[in-house]
Amino acid sequence: MSDTHDKSGEHGHEHPRHELGYYARRIYAIRDLLLEKKVLTQEDIQEQIDYQEQRSPANGARIVARAWVDPDFKARLIKDPKAACAELGIDATSLNEFVVLENTDKVRHMVVCTLCSCYPRPILGRPPDWYKSLNYRSRAVSDPRGVMREFGQSVGPDVEVRVHDSTADIRYLVLPIRPSGTEGLSERQLAKLVTRDSMIGVVDALPASAARA
Amino acid sequence: MARGHHDIGGSERDSGPIDRAEHELEDWEILADAVNQALGVVGVKRTDELRRAREEMDSELYRSLKYYERWIASMETILIEKKILTKEEIDRRMAAFDKKWGEP
Repeated sequence: MSDTHDKSGEHGHEHPRHELGYYARRIYAIRDLLLEKKVLTQEDIQEQIDYQEQRSPANGARIVARAWVDPDFKARLIKDPKAACAELGIDATSLNEFVVLENTDKVRHMVVCTLCSCYPRPILGRPPDWYKSLNYRSRAVSDPRGVMREFGQSVGPDVEVRVHDSTADIRYLVLPIRPSGTEGLSERQLAKLVTRDSMIGVVDALPASAARA
Repeated sequence: MARGHHDIGGSERDSGPIDRAEHELEDWEILADAVNQALGVVGVKRTDELRRAREEMDSELYRSLKYYERWIASMETILIEKKILTKEEIDRRMAAFDKKWGEP
């Protein structure tokens, strides 16, 4: 925790200091009132903080690496993503609808939420700042190839780029193409090639050489 | 029909380069995120309700706020709409903070 809190608050939890902005102070006021009115408990809030801390792109990387080495798992992952996640001990049940998009030599998928910031948080954790930025939300649909170029990814004119706009009810995860030259790598090494951005679809997975780095 | 301020897809105003700098979340942001999720878990609000509140927000305010500031503003709207909190009691609690810590 940073030093912006006083732990000696009258409710036994921290209170904000004056240097915080208007809305930052406001959430502490809202939090305190919700606790006092028993709408929420401190445990309810802590549970969510802990939950988010356990979610990270490493979960997604495990899913992708398994799909790369096990074609039957990949088929299950595409057919019923939540059940396939559960096989790996990853709980995706809080997503209403969860869709896995498989990249191929002919099609690249890219995920955005033009209206806000919907993201497969139960799998990947909180979205990066750029995913929530106005410019990404705008350009992902009008200039997806330009966005990919900006992220360092070139996509040939013969490859179709499909952009998927997330909603409150549907979240997407891109299954990147397994890089060439990775035949001898273990599942754990393969997972190192699967970056967060490759599962959003703005870039491909890292090349085989990155697994040994 | 004019576009809503949230309806950003393809908007020319937002056609610049993407800033890929990332910031470490501050405690108040983590708290806003957690309170929001917890309210969903206990059934007080749904994701689409929060989104609607953000979509109805003043357009310039929407663009000027940081991400989690928008969340807090829309959470407050929903909590007040549902008569779980009043604006006055939130204001009073803010004033108490300011008195304790000094005006910002």
